[in-house]
Amino acid sequence: MTNLPATFAEPGQDGTLILNMGPQHPSTHGVLRLVLEIDGETIVRVKPEIGYLHTGIEKTCEAKFYQQVVPLTDRIDYLCPMTNNLAYCLAVEKLLGLEIPPKAQWMRVLMNELTRINSHLVWLGTHAMDLGAMTVFLYCFREREDVLRFFEMVSGQRMMTSYFRIGGLALEPPLGFFEKVKKFADRFPGNVDEYEGLLTGNPIFVMRTKGVAHLSADDAIAMGACGPTLRGSGVDIDLRRDAPYTGYENFKFNVPVRTEGDVFARYLCRVAELRESIGIVQQALAGMPEGPVKADAPKVVLPDREKMKTQMEALIYHFKIITEGFTVPAGEVYQAIESPRGEMGYYIVSDGTAKPYRVHMRGPSYANLQALAKMCEGQLIADVVAAIGSIDVVLGDIDR
Amino acid sequence: MPKRHWKTKDILLSITAFLIISIVKSAAVIGVLLTAVAYSVWLERKVSAHIQNRWGPTRVGPFGLLQPLADGVKFIFKEDLTQPHVYKPLYIAAPIIAVVFAISSIAVIPFGNWVNIGPWGTYLQITDLNIGLLVVLGITSMGVYGVALAGWSSNNKYALLGGLRASAQMVSYEVSLGLSLVGVVIMAGSLSLRDIVDAQGGVFWGFIPRWNIFHGQTLAFFIYMISAYAETNRTPFDLPEAESELVAGYHTEYSAMKFAMFFMAEYANMVTVACIATLLFLGGWHGPIFGPPLLQAIMPVIWFCLKVFFFMFLYVWVRWTLPRFRYDQLMAFGWKVLLPLAVANVVYTALVVAWRA
Repeated sequence: MTNLPATFAEPGQDGTLILNMGPQHPSTHGVLRLVLEIDGETIVRVKPEIGYLHTGIEKTCEAKFYQQVVPLTDRIDYLCPMTNNLAYCLAVEKLLGLEIPPKAQWMRVLMNELTRINSHLVWLGTHAMDLGAMTVFLYCFREREDVLRFFEMVSGQRMMTSYFRIGGLALEPPLGFFEKVKKFADRFPGNVDEYEGLLTGNPIFVMRTKGVAHLSADDAIAMGACGPTLRGSGVDIDLRRDAPYTGYENFKFNVPVRTEGDVFARYLCRVAELRESIGIVQQALAGMPEGPVKADAPKVVLPDREKMKTQMEALIYHFKIITEGFTVPAGEVYQAIESPRGEMGYYIVSDGTAKPYRVHMRGPSYANLQALAKMCEGQLIADVVAAIGSIDVVLGDIDR
Repeated sequence: MPKRHWKTKDILLSITAFLIISIVKSAAVIGVLLTAVAYSVWLERKVSAHIQNRWGPTRVGPFGLLQPLADGVKFIFKEDLTQPHVYKPLYIAAPIIAVVFAISSIAVIPFGNWVNIGPWGTYLQITDLNIGLLVVLGITSMGVYGVALAGWSSNNKYALLGGLRASAQMVSYEVSLGLSLVGVVIMAGSLSLRDIVDAQGGVFWGFIPRWNIFHGQTLAFFIYMISAYAETNRTPFDLPEAESELVAGYHTEYSAMKFAMFFMAEYANMVTVACIATLLFLGGWHGPIFGPPLLQAIMPVIWFCLKVFFFMFLYVWVRWTLPRFRYDQLMAFGWKVLLPLAVANVVYTALVVAWRA
């Protein structure tokens, strides 16, 4: 413990032990490091230490054209690439004042909800595995594989999709895509029943999660918690419903809220969200409009390949966008959306050039991690693992 | 045992025969046990894979049947790291203690009835002690030293916590484990495993075998199984090595063959537990006997092996289905639920036996 930073170097109280959990630990979900002060197996203090996955993405954005930032956003919260894409694109589109065609909007909703399912499946699997139920993990990844295949169908990539672009989508969804998604959406509620059969009614799982790592509504708000972590504490906020974006106002869905504020409540919230998401997917499939998937803004949106070969202007615009980017009116904008983990916000300052002056990302994991120390005080070591799982941190989202 | 008139020549001959038979038996039992340990690892991997929609080992041999061999070779050739901060004598002794005690308890376990080999005969058992059950309990409870010392001598905080959890858990559950067996002992009136099995022969109500699990000791069976899972550190009681909390628990600092020894000890303990459960609650080698004479001769052993296999399968099935308890819940469950139940079972059995007598 000699090379700890100064804040952690202080010795524990009498009879306590400093236990270093992570950054290489099976259940700190990536590279989170927790310095635990424990008395026997009881937690006295928890200090999360972050920064082991620092990528400098926020700074890198300042050296890129606006459209070149999109692939970078994939890599922030790597479990929900589409959500990141969407938040960034919406922010820039707001600055540009672009009108997005309805099909692109509905596709964005559809893919966004599939992303939520993808992310929640990873969360459910790893959370259950942290509590020792290893089979749920593989069941979840079986369905996640299907979702990733959809991502691959539309974008050619399983995880780093960059499918949403400023002004719409990168491509039309391929033939047969909607039928496959429909088949999956019809099957998926049965799969959720399967997971719930292994966990929700399991007395050991309930014992491990009920009343554990409690977070009161006041604390949750004070810590800036968001998403299911906040809703598990009884605060009914969901940006999809409260500040609709990209056409969410056209969809009917419930926002699951639990008042208990423990790990089990957060678990129930997320599992209920899985079912709500698949409902939204069904609605999006049923009402998918026809039309273009790119906005009519030749200076911003790349032209089709075919037009480039037949029209002079298209070729010029393509050349200009690729070589010098497009300028965005000076100003600043904040666009927040509901990512699987909570409020994912992009604050962009434009100085009127083709590159953003500043891109700041408000990561939901960062805010939720604040609450961890509060949750874990007085709990046991095993509860820390349950608590980390229940706030669903993604370290890429925290360190940026 | 058939009676015979003893002469000096006979005595010398029978001593020689005894020695040869004992050596052969010991070698055979150890060989079978180690193979069983290796293949229960294979079984675990294969069954867990199929539970989880995977294939499991398929590359080495047909159905991956040579996988244990490949694993063994891998363990032998891996670098055997000994961290500079460990307390060496105990660090090296711990895996040896664990594996020796895990394997040696098989010595008193009977696999089948009396068999005749030419003029001599023998029980299918290395040695029949009249306190066999106590010996098994004594030896297996020594196994906790291996785990506790491994945790302590590693000088690693995770290993220490794992070792502490293990010793607390194994000591606590041993109480209810021992008490759950008392009912069986009262019913059989003997501590010899052979006598206990013999007491379970026959049927009652015409068709139900007089195995203890059906014959008054159902509760004891479940208490025994739960405590035994805790004793062998298997899910849902695998807290000493809970990898999501304590990295690898008491064997965090062990690698190569030393780690493999803990691994072997775990599976050998599982085999022992399965054997004891079979003998005490499932009627040992009793089962329907039919077919040609040679088949009839080995039928009891087959029944015994099948029942042991069932318990091994159960171990795997449970592990890949259930989550893990928390430390305090585990302790509370052991002392507040299992122990009173076990005591109640002992009192109940004693009263019934006394009333019948």
